[in-house]
Amino acid sequence: MKAFGGKILFLNRSDINTDEIIPAKYLTDISKEVLQPYLFEDLKIEGFNPKTDLRNVGVVVTRANFGCGSSREHAPWALEANGIHLVIAQSFARIFRQNMFNCGMMAVELPASTIDHLFDAYSASGASLQTDWENRCFLIQSKAGIEKIAFTVSKYDRSLVEAGGWVEYADANY
Amino acid sequence: MGKTIAEKIFDFHRVDAPSDEIQVIRLDAVFCHEITTPTAILDLVSRGKDRVFDPSRIKAVIDHVTPAKDSKTALQGKILRDWARRHNIKDFFDIGRNGVCHAIFPEKGFVRPGYTIIMGDSHTCTHGAFGAFAAGVGTTDLEVGILKGVCAFHTPRTIRINIVGRPPSGVYSKDIILSIIQRLGVNGATNRVIEFDGPAVQAMSMEGRMTLCNMAVEAGATCGICRPDETTVAYLWEFIKNEFESPRAALAAYGAFRPDADAVYDAVIAHDVSELEPLTTFGYKPDQVKTVREMQGVPIDQVYIGSCTNGRLEDLRAAADVLRGRKISDRVRGIVSPATPDIFRQAMNEGILEVFMQAGFCVTNPTCGACLGMSNGVLAEGEVCASTTNRNFNGRMGRGGMVHLMSPATAAASAVAGFIANSPLYKP
Ligand code: SF4
Repeated sequence: MKAFGGKILFLNRSDINTDEIIPAKYLTDISKEVLQPYLFEDLKIEGFNPKTDLRNVGVVVTRANFGCGSSREHAPWALEANGIHLVIAQSFARIFRQNMFNCGMMAVELPASTIDHLFDAYSASGASLQTDWENRCFLIQSKAGIEKIAFTVSKYDRSLVEAGGWVEYADANY
Repeated sequence: MGKTIAEKIFDFHRVDAPSDEIQVIRLDAVFCHEITTPTAILDLVSRGKDRVFDPSRIKAVIDHVTPAKDSKTALQGKILRDWARRHNIKDFFDIGRNGVCHAIFPEKGFVRPGYTIIMGDSHTCTHGAFGAFAAGVGTTDLEVGILKGVCAFHTPRTIRINIVGRPPSGVYSKDIILSIIQRLGVNGATNRVIEFDGPAVQAMSMEGRMTLCNMAVEAGATCGICRPDETTVAYLWEFIKNEFESPRAALAAYGAFRPDADAVYDAVIAHDVSELEPLTTFGYKPDQVKTVREMQGVPIDQVYIGSCTNGRLEDLRAAADVLRGRKISDRVRGIVSPATPDIFRQAMNEGILEVFMQAGFCVTNPTCGACLGMSNGVLAEGEVCASTTNRNFNGRMGRGGMVHLMSPATAAASAVAGFIANSPLYKP
């Protein structure tokens, strides 16, 4: 199973689309790794610089409807190539969400109030997050200590993550 | 409670339902081309899973850029070719025998009513014309299809469109589907299956139905489906004659994939085409549609007749009927790409290619080519193309180019005029 934790990158905007995650011009390459330098290349958010702000990041926290736009799987691949296996948002575009789990990664929805709280409490402070699978909660570590945030994933989504994605799941089950 | 065509197909193919929303179905065929399959192949290799579930159910073609135009496209072709050899995939079509995927696979008899098919290509919905469930998928789904012959889908919900009325002469299924996309909008059928039914569909040839289903995805649909009938059986007969005693017996068997009278739909729409005019698009979205009359006079630089939408014999015949004895405008470059070698040969034997050449068209080998702006007719910035393809997205046929989608007859008439124009075949 992949590691679901690390430094948090906060992206304070709704409706971040797949073109902003990975521009269409990189879709002609045949390997996933080459996408690594281009993640969020065209994403314009005040105070965000994709060249410097992605270093050591393991988790993205963002607002509503993340991953809208085209169905390209290059979006989760570009995240994966940068070691980001977990995105937490208020909501996701359906296909992007499914693509994340199909790649053995996690897209977890939390209520708007919790997302607000995460932005308020941690976006300025360089917090990091670990996933406690046993207790279904995220452990957020900052100078203030450790906070626990509960989450839920369906049984099917969980088995995709445990298998390492849809290819491994299907190969084992069908 | 009655069932739609898609629900019936899913019932026949379900192998698992791992969650409330998701159903895993068995696949009858997995289609592959050289743009999207290499990524899947390389990923399977890197996982140590370089296997295929059944080489006889995998069909592959090099069609998007052929002959290869540079090292990158040559490599894509090579990865697919080597893989097909390695796994003994007999139905692999390389240059000389290759054609546009959604034209050549039906022509070879690879699609049957009730089939489930996936491909890493948005216009896979074309094959729904045969009463099959056929959907475009992403790389991971394609990998699993190749490896295990299954695919996961959300439980299908269907919009039914009853197409009624007889279209006027010179109005084709391309005009009908443009009018439907205009009505539904580009997201009007998102995550839905569209069942095309009604007397106008029953009167259509398989070619016409393929044009209709081909563009279902432009309204967001997962698949467009037509009920299998006598026309379907007649088209398939040469491939199925050993399976059934008579066409009637085949028709009876395919009855399993006709919708129930009390099937439950998301929406049922009556669409009257008796007064439809030839249509064309005007913007960068396929639902931006106007009548050719309204667009009459818009100057064009190139005319492209071909693609999985309108590169079949019936389409070439319609265009040739307009072009016979005429010359295209000096300011227009005309390109025609018969969609498969069989179509090419038949068009040659019928003298259709001669008509195109006399008119001043360039006839290319079967390929997607210009349709996706990768080869064989890429537009320069600021140029305008009257095209029989299915996508007018910004930059689709070349950066800074504009594409107007239309029927082959309208495209041919526009080539002669030098601007968008109605064909003399149109008689309101
Ligand atoms: S002809 Fe155009 S739309 Fe059809 S498969 Fe080829 S590139 Fe895609």
